[in-house]
Amino acid sequence: MRSLIDILDFSVEEIEELLTVANDIIDNPQKYGEICKGKKLATLFFEPSTRTRLSFEAAMYELGGNVIGFSEANSSSASKGESVADTAKTISCYADIIAMRHPKEGAPFVAAQNATIPVINAGDGGHNHPTQTLADLLTIYREKGGFNNLTVGFCGDLKFGRTVHSLINALSRYSGIRVVLISPEELKLPSYVKKDVLLKNGIPYTQTTSLEDAIPELDILYMTRVQRERFFNEEDYLRLKDSYVLEPKKLTNAKKDLSIMHPLPRVNEISVSIDSDPRACYFKQVLNGKYVRMALILKLLKEAGRI
Amino acid sequence: MNIDSINNGFVIDHITAGRGMRLFDLLNLDELDCSVALIKNVGSKKLGKKDIIKIDADIDINFDVIGYVNPGITVNIIKNGEIIEKKQIEMPKQLVNVIKCKNPRCITSVEQELDHIFRLTDEENKIYRCLYCETQAGK
Repeated sequence: MRSLIDILDFSVEEIEELLTVANDIIDNPQKYGEICKGKKLATLFFEPSTRTRLSFEAAMYELGGNVIGFSEANSSSASKGESVADTAKTISCYADIIAMRHPKEGAPFVAAQNATIPVINAGDGGHNHPTQTLADLLTIYREKGGFNNLTVGFCGDLKFGRTVHSLINALSRYSGIRVVLISPEELKLPSYVKKDVLLKNGIPYTQTTSLEDAIPELDILYMTRVQRERFFNEEDYLRLKDSYVLEPKKLTNAKKDLSIMHPLPRVNEISVSIDSDPRACYFKQVLNGKYVRMALILKLLKEAGRI
Repeated sequence: MNIDSINNGFVIDHITAGRGMRLFDLLNLDELDCSVALIKNVGSKKLGKKDIIKIDADIDINFDVIGYVNPGITVNIIKNGEIIEKKQIEMPKQLVNVIKCKNPRCITSVEQELDHIFRLTDEENKIYRCLYCETQAGK
């Protein structure tokens, strides 16, 4: 059974196909309004994530399907001690496809091993969040017309930021990509990502602690939040949380066609005064996320022979 | 120092000095009733010093453990006092329930019935990663 657990589960061609379908959904929504009629998406959210859950639910409703599920572990059988494997087997009897968010890394993989319907990883701890990466890719595709020959700056928490690791992984498969890593010393990109992804794929990269110095050369600036929940130590979080704040004056030397992205939610790392700048793309990312999830649900249901 | 030769069993020879005890532990040799010898820091022309393990019983040995701890070494399989096979042990592609994932955020940390599975992701640097959370073994 085909599932999406890691963005690299899909080939470059499959991602291209997904983005093409997502673009067609944007242009011709009426074509897709009833395609999943009578089908059910189960949203199994073992930790709260309003944005991702509602994006999946909106995606399924706009395809004409229905949604069942839960939004936190307390309201599921997990609170009674049920294993992920048993939950996956049970839900396979009720639904056509699963979107799972779980605080433990690898839980959606375990679900996919045991379910008889497709499983989409909607985020597992600090590990993977492939549908966020698909939303990012669709946004870059729509803003830049493709992925080749781009200089992409990643700023903020590059150590724990799973969206950063995933997007770097996905972009490493295209040619002419350059990466600029902007972070405090303590939150630098882990060496294994540099070695296994950037060096292995011959992607040139530079590291800096200065956002101002890096900004003039960037085509894309991908900002991230320093996430409280990834720290064991509150003191470290408080010390690092305000490392980078993007304000209008920092964009003075930026390119006119820079795309500013952020996986959201933001705390204060992008000033609200940037929101009206035409280069701000983070709310477009949210919308693109819904469309690409629609394309993903369609692809997996088709491959499973359910539509 | 003299250790009796064995009739039926295994001699794990040319273990890198210092790794014998780890191998002894991971193979759970302390649980055996038969004669088991762990000899540390034996003089070796090839290695300078080496460890040796001798097991005097035809047990079901996990060669993946040996390949993980000390790839490239040879295990002599003994039957009726004769060496019937010299088995060259390669680095295994996958380890099942040999080592445990130490990432507290990994699903294996809460679901006890799951196998602890590690895959060899970088043969040159001997790096294994957890199948579930991709954490590097030993980290």
